[in-house]
Amino acid sequence: MSILINRHTRVITQGMTGKTGLFHTENCRAYANGEAAFVAGVTPGKGGQEIDGIPVFDTVAEAKQETGATVSVIYVPPPFAAAAIDEAVAAELDLVICITEGVPVTDMIRTRRKMESSKTILIGPNCPGVITPEEIKIGIMPGYIHKKGSIGVVSRSGTLTYEVVDQLTKLGIGQSTCVGIGGDPVNGTKHLDTVKWFNEDPETEAIVLCGEIGGTDEEDCGRWIAENSVKPVAAFIAGATAPPGKRMGHAGAIIAGGKGTAEEKISVLRECGVHVTENPAGIGELVKSLIN
Amino acid sequence: MKVHEFQAKEILRNCAVETPRGVVCHSLDEVESAVTELGGNIWVVKAQIHAGGRGKGGGVRVVHSEADALSAAKDILHQPLVTPQTGPEGQIVRKLLIEEGVGILSEIYAGLVVDRAEQRVVLMMSPQGGMEIEEVAAATPEKLLKIHIDPDTGLTDDDARRAASFAGIPDALLDKAVGFLQALYQAFWDNDASLAEINPLVVTDQGDVIALDAKMTFDDSALYRHPHITKYRDLDEESAAEIEASEAGLSYISLDGNIGCLVNGAGLAMATMDIIKLYGEEPANFLDVGGGATTEQVIAAFTVMLKNKQVQAVLVNIFGGIMRCDVIAEGLVTALRQIGTEVPVIVRLEGTNVERGRTILQESGLTLITAGTMDDAARKVVQAVRG
Repeated sequence: MSILINRHTRVITQGMTGKTGLFHTENCRAYANGEAAFVAGVTPGKGGQEIDGIPVFDTVAEAKQETGATVSVIYVPPPFAAAAIDEAVAAELDLVICITEGVPVTDMIRTRRKMESSKTILIGPNCPGVITPEEIKIGIMPGYIHKKGSIGVVSRSGTLTYEVVDQLTKLGIGQSTCVGIGGDPVNGTKHLDTVKWFNEDPETEAIVLCGEIGGTDEEDCGRWIAENSVKPVAAFIAGATAPPGKRMGHAGAIIAGGKGTAEEKISVLRECGVHVTENPAGIGELVKSLIN
Repeated sequence: MKVHEFQAKEILRNCAVETPRGVVCHSLDEVESAVTELGGNIWVVKAQIHAGGRGKGGGVRVVHSEADALSAAKDILHQPLVTPQTGPEGQIVRKLLIEEGVGILSEIYAGLVVDRAEQRVVLMMSPQGGMEIEEVAAATPEKLLKIHIDPDTGLTDDDARRAASFAGIPDALLDKAVGFLQALYQAFWDNDASLAEINPLVVTDQGDVIALDAKMTFDDSALYRHPHITKYRDLDEESAAEIEASEAGLSYISLDGNIGCLVNGAGLAMATMDIIKLYGEEPANFLDVGGGATTEQVIAAFTVMLKNKQVQAVLVNIFGGIMRCDVIAEGLVTALRQIGTEVPVIVRLEGTNVERGRTILQESGLTLITAGTMDDAARKVVQAVRG
């Protein structure tokens, strides 16, 4: 078991004929069951082509109808990314993963408003994607550092997630699913959604929550954990040394009006029974101590 | 992106938000003619820097004569202004905004910002104008009204009226206030702002509702569709290092410590700063070279970092995913040969093609200190600065 995606998932790549889309689709196909999983590409105006044996369609609706795919991954450039999400939502896909970085915030506010009455789950934008190790990888993460197992990983950041996964794998600890939710201020899935899914997944034994400064998502997640019976949760919050008012790379990573500091997040999470380490190199060891 | 007060007011005026009449001045001569042009018998001399708290730092003066205006301008112009947000060295004032004085009946707070949790723009209103809104929220939360705005409808008449009423705007002026708030929201939304703060918004003795002060920031990701805002960028307000870094496509923020950090990815970059602090030293910068760092970018990164003379050692922490470690290693070797630094450089490479990357570093003949893990790297860099 796993969450969101597994070996049976069938995927449409939106923006597949672009350089980024092509490169990552190739990598994803080369991972585990990827060859069977990536069944369609969508690029408006390029329908009818075939790339490496994958048919390209003009619209998501067409691709879904022809292939039965229920998930899409988006690599289209930022000015068109929100419209690509809207299209996937209108086609009633189950899951949309938007990798694109730099989507305007007002575009995402409009898109999220449209999604209020929809059942489609959005991951991202500005995220590395989702991987269920040794089954399927949808996104830009290096597949080989992952190992199948029972730890659910959720994170706002790309390379920091790789760091955590690498620590786990080197300790012989595998992962059920790893979800990169992205570093933007207005996005789809939050830490809390993912923790709830991991909590219900029988194969997930413990959860790693990687947060960062800005917003209050980690705190919201902590409060839910405190009120519910939840599997062990290990956490790290990046940005303890970040100065207020400065955007630390990610659009969402900013301490504004005294809110969203690492100190506050860590203290709330600890009060809520989450195991927090302040050492990013010690996350793997912390998890090991929780499952033994 | 930040803009000056006079630029924010220009944007607002173009969207039918009322502001006092004003003139931007770069010299005392210009101040003299601005005072004549504006007329009247009361003026406000306002320092134009990006940092807030200008009033507290003495950068905003109300004057009653041309002579006083000139003497205030002389005090402020071309001098460093220290405010709670500038740091102790202050920021040089290069421009003044001279505005006509207005008769103030009441001061109100109006702010628009993106509420991440609600995923909407929120209008914040308070009758406590002129105060820091965080203080109002903490001390007297009942004096702060928040209205989340549906992007499909914009700020409705009813919501704008409720907000204006809450802030204590007299009934006779409610229509004007509704128009003001709706124009403000439109200015925010149409220009992809991330913050618009009118503090204070004032009711004047002439029965007007105007933005006495204005602070706006804009979403960097949306600037591509607002060239008129991009041209407001003021390089004088940014540090030389940050400008150089942004030109190379790097995300760089200078800090007070002694260990330079070069990392790929914002989350890992912050985590690297955190582990340095955890092991007892301080990071000199935040530097994210991004997912696909090129040799040119690595050179630019080292150049920017090493211009900071506080830097006593550099920690390179790269987790190559898509970016292959051998490519990063070649970039590092080229960069270090070209720059030739004296300070110790600790390199931790992990990820795709890491063995080849490490070999390239070892065979380069450069005196690099390599580290196997993030923990090892942090310990080695701390040891290096302690000697």
